[in-house]
Amino acid sequence: MRVEQIAVFLESKSGRLADITRTLADNDINIRALSVADTADFGILRLIVDKVDKAKEALKANNFTVGKTNVIAVEVPDRTGGLATVLEAAVKGGLNIEYMYAFVNKSSENAVVIFRFDDMDKAIAVMQEKEYTILTGEQISAL
Amino acid sequence: MNWQELETLPRTGLESIQLLRLQKLVHRVYETVAPYKAKMDEAGIKPGDIQTLADLKKLPFTTKDDLRDNYPFGLFTVPMDEVVRVHASSGTTGKPTVVGYTAADIEMWASVMGRALTMAGVNKGDMVHNAYGYGLFTGGLGAHYGVEHIGATVIPVSGGNTKRQITIMRDFGSTVLLATPSYALNLADAMADVGVTPDQLKLKVGIHGAEPWSENMREEVERKLGIRAVDIYGLSEVIGPGVAMECLETDKGMHILEDHFLPEIVDPDTFEPLPYGEAGELVFTTLTKEAFPIIRYRTKDISRLIVEPCACGRTLVRMEKVTGRTDDMLIIRGVNVFPSQVEHVLMGVEGVEPHYQIEVNRQGNLDTMSVLVEVSEQVFSDEIKALEALTSKIQIEIKDLLGVTAKVKLVEPRTIARSEGKAQRVIDNRQL
Repeated sequence: MRVEQIAVFLESKSGRLADITRTLADNDINIRALSVADTADFGILRLIVDKVDKAKEALKANNFTVGKTNVIAVEVPDRTGGLATVLEAAVKGGLNIEYMYAFVNKSSENAVVIFRFDDMDKAIAVMQEKEYTILTGEQISAL
Repeated sequence: MNWQELETLPRTGLESIQLLRLQKLVHRVYETVAPYKAKMDEAGIKPGDIQTLADLKKLPFTTKDDLRDNYPFGLFTVPMDEVVRVHASSGTTGKPTVVGYTAADIEMWASVMGRALTMAGVNKGDMVHNAYGYGLFTGGLGAHYGVEHIGATVIPVSGGNTKRQITIMRDFGSTVLLATPSYALNLADAMADVGVTPDQLKLKVGIHGAEPWSENMREEVERKLGIRAVDIYGLSEVIGPGVAMECLETDKGMHILEDHFLPEIVDPDTFEPLPYGEAGELVFTTLTKEAFPIIRYRTKDISRLIVEPCACGRTLVRMEKVTGRTDDMLIIRGVNVFPSQVEHVLMGVEGVEPHYQIEVNRQGNLDTMSVLVEVSEQVFSDEIKALEALTSKIQIEIKDLLGVTAKVKLVEPRTIARSEGKAQRVIDNRQL
């Protein structure tokens, strides 16, 4: 039910994001989704990739600080109000979103939203109750 | 009077011994060493002006530069045919500093080192593994004579050849380890590599000095070697190892062998003597040395003197673990800041590694200090708020300890130089 996400610490200096994507490319790793959170001094790059452990090792070998966390990937209808409905369900279910990001899947009617909730177990229960499709890591890699 | 009585004398008794010895010393130095006489004349001080211990502050300081200016033997008070040994410090910044000993000095050194070992519970019957370097460095030979003085057995193994050292410790049944703290950790790691566990050894106590070490390092040595690790202090300009030593009753400071070495703490800016308990630069006057006595030697080490009685019964004043060097001192918005204090804060935060750099800038007329801290995997989080909580925690603790607001900046791992060699801990961009 959960998808492994890797997070990379980014110092605010030019070229770091390019270094990361180059490292992943050289190791034949495909990025499915990403988001960057930033402050005045540093940033955190969050990535969903097809080969999580390999990506982590490759980045660590290049002196990046890398962490692995679980997120959930929810299929959301790719139409007006699709995301609003999901978020309303989350609010009603008493969930707090730490962060989220989305990508549109070109081969289907749905978008995929990556969520990091404060209570992941509860989040899965709420989403299942509303009959949303929760994707696994393999499913995302196969998209 | 034997040394047990000396070490437990009421302070007034000890101070009267110190005064008599100081007066004798000042007379002798004034009469025999031209550079000392010249400095005292310049300051308008005569030996007879020393009437109380407080008069010590009238005497000029001696610094490392004085030793270099009189290289090699210019500050010796006896003819060279009375000198039975010389030692020298490594001259990383210029000429080495050379020190000399008469036969009586060697005997006194052995006795103070013996007393220091006794504080750590070392006795006749102990097998003492002396891994301090033998040679021009005072550590090896200084400790060696102290061990023989108390009738314990010394293994003069010196430094290097770590695997052989482990074999010797195990086969000879070493009970006491004398080594720098970093070498003690080196031995512990090498033991793990060759599969020797602490319970195969008879080590009970480690005596570690000659370099600064933190409380965290003490815990690591104790845990990895299964021993009590105690701190010893000494410097060749004063005598070598055996100037001060931690007893087993406390981990709050080292007893100074005050009947031979008279300590002061002075303000690092004004050089005025400070009362007991206040932190400043440690200054030593040797009271009994013959060949190379030294008056008010500025060690550049930062410490505090603790005069409160110790649980062990000794009335000798204690010096706190050296917390920094005046060479490293920064003045930020009028506050004295030592990089070691910043390190202390960082070591106290779970998961933070001691790789840091301090950057000082001046914006307008205001000094700003930034502390760069590497983000280890342990402290990293995928959430911004967790990392911001970390930086603000460090910031608050620095403010609490130093009284200065520092901006904490997280940086990527291995972007700060490692402490092998001379790590640059401070970048001061102020044009002062």
